[in-house]
Amino acid sequence: MLELLTYPFFQRALIGGIMIGIIAPLIGVFLVLRRLSMIGDTLAHVSIAGVALGFLLQFYPLGTGLLFALLGAFIIERLRRAYRGYAELSIAILLSAGIALASILFTLGRGFNMDVTAYLFGDILALDSTDLWLIFAVTAVVACCVLFFRKALFLLAMDEDAASVSGLPVSWLNMLVTVLTALVVSVAIKAVGALLVSALLTVPVACSLALGRGFRATLGFAVLFAETAIVTGLLVSGAWNLASGGTIVLLLIVMLVLLLSARKVWKW
Amino acid sequence: MGAPASDLLQHSIQNNHSSHTSHSPNRPSGHDPRRDHCHVPVISLDHVSFGYGQKQVIRDLSFTVLERDFVGLIGPNGAGKTTLLKLIAGLIRPNRGDIRLFGQPARQFRNWHRIGYVPQRSNINALFPATVYEVVLSGLYGRRTLFRRLDRDARQKCEEALAALGVEDLAGRLIGKLSGGQQQRVLLARALINNPDLLILDEPTTGIDAEAQEAFFHMIRHMHRHHNITFVMVSHDVNMMLSYLGNEPRFEYNGIRFFVRHSHDLDECRETNLTHTLKAFQEQMRSAGSAAAGEREPVMSAAD
Repeated sequence: MLELLTYPFFQRALIGGIMIGIIAPLIGVFLVLRRLSMIGDTLAHVSIAGVALGFLLQFYPLGTGLLFALLGAFIIERLRRAYRGYAELSIAILLSAGIALASILFTLGRGFNMDVTAYLFGDILALDSTDLWLIFAVTAVVACCVLFFRKALFLLAMDEDAASVSGLPVSWLNMLVTVLTALVVSVAIKAVGALLVSALLTVPVACSLALGRGFRATLGFAVLFAETAIVTGLLVSGAWNLASGGTIVLLLIVMLVLLLSARKVWKW
Repeated sequence: MGAPASDLLQHSIQNNHSSHTSHSPNRPSGHDPRRDHCHVPVISLDHVSFGYGQKQVIRDLSFTVLERDFVGLIGPNGAGKTTLLKLIAGLIRPNRGDIRLFGQPARQFRNWHRIGYVPQRSNINALFPATVYEVVLSGLYGRRTLFRRLDRDARQKCEEALAALGVEDLAGRLIGKLSGGQQQRVLLARALINNPDLLILDEPTTGIDAEAQEAFFHMIRHMHRHHNITFVMVSHDVNMMLSYLGNEPRFEYNGIRFFVRHSHDLDECRETNLTHTLKAFQEQMRSAGSAAAGEREPVMSAAD
């Protein structure tokens, strides 16, 4: 298994995976706590339409995917205002729109279908150096934003009204979270695939919540769980030639089940 | 500033004029110059209307809350109490009319640290991963302090607020794992950490047991009587409210009854640091024993 580490493609996968393992749960915590878990899924579906367009125009697919995810983020915010109190409706609308558009674009560009599966189910072993730089840039932006705005985001997650009374620009912060989510989702697509992205955002957080710790600890543990699953998943899938995205997500689910059982047994 | 209360507290509603004109205001008329300075309007609504879409919730409402007033709002669900609170707290903007906070138009108001807000307990998810310490500390997060590092001063403020409300032993516990009464104290500590001038409470005692409710009102009453804080509170706890605010509402609007009591004990407000004095109050309560304290000072007595 360890000779895997000597292959450059595996090293790239590991580096990319570790970076995604930091930012996905970091932004995921704020989504889960604000009951917006599905937003990741939606943006992934929109992003896939962008990826399809990228293939069609023979442009860097991850780049067009990212642009589409950002566009999707703005549309979600607009729809959220239009359907106040029904945030999930805007999510459902956009999710369908994204996948509908993607399916049309995919059929328009017949022959690209093989590459498309890499974006639907993820192919982290195929990360090239351009991908790595993009992931690095996104990681830097997301980590800095979360670090800078952590107090505001905490308050927003705890009680939006309280955040507002404290004079925080709530709608601006909501926008920020959605945009950051779009960034994370569009790069995580290559790692675990559009269909599994939201697992990477939410399951490590669910694991961390099961521990019942304070906020900082919850953030830290969520990242730790994600990293454990990603590194182990990569090694396991590499050694036994399994789908890497699926392996990572299943490992996360196994960790969650173990944690929940342990909590039941030891009643912490 | 010594304007008669009846002038400051006017309210004009097209359909309902009868209730407020019938009884005289119970506010002292303000001849004592020592007392005049606390007749500064803290909140003023001027012909405010608000509706969600087609549904008009508040129509042409005007009233003024003066410094050191305790305004209790009692009314049926759906009457617009929470909407009113949200308007005052700047969470929603009126469709028509003006709202002023501390004399400033609400739109331009920036001194949000002067306002403490105690949300409904139900807003906080039981699984929310935050310790009591983190929750109370978050009371300091605002526009001004967004990028400032939390220094020793902030931590000390937090510890003082925790001690003031007797929840210092819970600092490391998760907020969701506490009893209702404990959670309420934590949320109050959070609101008090900035030494606010105006405290807004939205149904603070819903779902907590009678004993904890009584202790909570005791503390609120103490704060109103001995500190320079103005209160606006929505509560279902009619008995507690009436026993402190009197049985006569100042006026009634759309089923919401406005009970107002003014406090003048400014000479007892020498200590400006609120959490500090509350701590002393706690210690005094503790040493006297809660039962004895209850006898000596009935929880919501109207006798001042």
